[in-house]
Amino acid sequence: MSDMNAVATEAPGTQPIVPAGPIKQDKPRSLAGDAWRDLRRSKIFWFAAVLVLVVLVMAAFPTLFTSADPRACSLSRQFAPASGEAIFGYDYQGCDIFARAVHGARNSIIIGILSTLIAGVIGLLFGLGSGYFGGGVDAVLSRIVDIVLGIPFLLAAIVLAKRLASDPNNNGLWAVTLTLGFLGWTTAARVMRSSVIASKNQDYVAAARMLGAGPGRLMLRHILPNSMASFIVVLTILLGVNIAAEATLSFLGIGLKGDAISWGIAINESGAFVRTAWEPLVWPSVFLALTVLAFIMLGDAIRDAFDPKLR
Amino acid sequence: MFRFLVRRLLQMILTFFGATFIVYALMFANQDDPIQALVGERPVTPAQRTALTELYHLDEPFLKQYWYYMQGLLTGDFGRSLTGREVSDMMTDAWPTTARLALMSILIAATVAVIAGVISGIRRGGMFDNVTLIVTLVLLALPIVVLAPLAQLAFGIKLGWFPPTAGRNATTYALLLPAIVLATTAVATELRVTRASVAENLRSDYVRTARAKGLSNRRVIGVHVLRNSLIPVITLIGVDIGLLMSGAIVTEGVFNIPGVGFNLLRGIRTEDGPLVVGFVSILVIVFLVVNLIVDLMYAALDPRIRYE
Repeated sequence: MSDMNAVATEAPGTQPIVPAGPIKQDKPRSLAGDAWRDLRRSKIFWFAAVLVLVVLVMAAFPTLFTSADPRACSLSRQFAPASGEAIFGYDYQGCDIFARAVHGARNSIIIGILSTLIAGVIGLLFGLGSGYFGGGVDAVLSRIVDIVLGIPFLLAAIVLAKRLASDPNNNGLWAVTLTLGFLGWTTAARVMRSSVIASKNQDYVAAARMLGAGPGRLMLRHILPNSMASFIVVLTILLGVNIAAEATLSFLGIGLKGDAISWGIAINESGAFVRTAWEPLVWPSVFLALTVLAFIMLGDAIRDAFDPKLR
Repeated sequence: MFRFLVRRLLQMILTFFGATFIVYALMFANQDDPIQALVGERPVTPAQRTALTELYHLDEPFLKQYWYYMQGLLTGDFGRSLTGREVSDMMTDAWPTTARLALMSILIAATVAVIAGVISGIRRGGMFDNVTLIVTLVLLALPIVVLAPLAQLAFGIKLGWFPPTAGRNATTYALLLPAIVLATTAVATELRVTRASVAENLRSDYVRTARAKGLSNRRVIGVHVLRNSLIPVITLIGVDIGLLMSGAIVTEGVFNIPGVGFNLLRGIRTEDGPLVVGFVSILVIVFLVVNLIVDLMYAALDPRIRYE
């Protein structure tokens, strides 16, 4: 705001919208710079960013939030009410609800990030390939996307997770991660494809091609950087969606298993006793909902900043 | 139009075979010992083993097994569940409940989305608009595993407005709460699309013409704007069918509704391969057909869209 005023006072004759006058102070703003300016003023962005930060810290250092051991359960305190030690009380197995909710963040975040990375890499390759080469390559790759989209997501996830988790000894972390990674890439691929198609016919790409740049260099140095913004937004939202999907699979009993601490498992287990005690159901639900909300809001805010037309 | 239909059908067939093949392969390929899985813990005599191998074509290559399965599927034979019941039988049993639930939730979602979307599209930037934007964001983010148990707890158990579980032969009233929960997955996107297209159409030339002719505000919005704004919403219903199926698995489990999702989940838990593949195949067909109908409806509603 302050430099706008400075411009207005120094050059009173010019129209206020056109930034004439001292250009040195007012650096030419990039798209990212513009977006950042918008973002800083968005309340939703700050709310989401703080929430994401809290969840990430919780996943990395759960002991900062609680000193209670989430696995120290004792049936003698089954459904014991909230107290100074356990602020949300105890669940059916006599475990500290708050400690389990805090420690549940780690699995959700690990699965969310890894599966989104897998989906991102697959989506990037598919989108770049079909967008850049077009023609037959595009036809084949797009049909594969159609087939994957032809199976409703949860149906495919259930079947795939079941298949991958054939080893009864592990807790299913890898099975869930791979399942979500293998199924979630379609939106990312479509977004990447359309933005590659949009940017590959730009003049600067033609110029680079005339200067002798090969397909690899064209894609990596010229097309990709300009297609990244919407791609990253899609991945941020996908991260939230994947965390929700992990909880859903765990809830259905085909995600994380065994002694894994997961919000989805907690919601499933406490559902049966909800008439006796509602706290074991509500608190993991709140943690899960806020985490998913944070990532989706973050992606939404960034998209609004990069593409104000959509508002 | 005819060429479009043919191309679209060919695409659909490809998707159908691809999708069912993936599901079939995941469920049946590389099984350790399907015969032992079938009979449970009892010992199997070599004679029984030979008979079962012959019956289920287990000695033949995988692709051939898929082919046999597809032959059955296309002639209406969906195979037999491990519990001994015909899969098609279970499907006819489960389908009406799920169809009712899905229809109710589509209606609820569309009604709420269109009414709220039109209001916030007209009063863009107003109080109502800002509140709906935040509400839709929250609805988009709330997973159904959170929503379904919490709704059951709040409205079914604590407040007692709805029966907490539906059970067999559920009344419409008992299905209302699950339908509302299911509707929330679709309502947010539908609302946002309605809002955006109402806002866009309000600025268009034909609205200005209508206003210049002296038509009342009610007629301009109720007839001219609304009709054109509904087109993108209708296409969304096709996408929502997929979401509804996913949502129905959780919702039917939580509210104990013996529909398609409930049976499917039970099939997965008991490793009932034929049941799972049969149900998933039927659901994929439903999904594809609905999307085809939506595509065709799109052309019928908007005369500007011509399929060559």
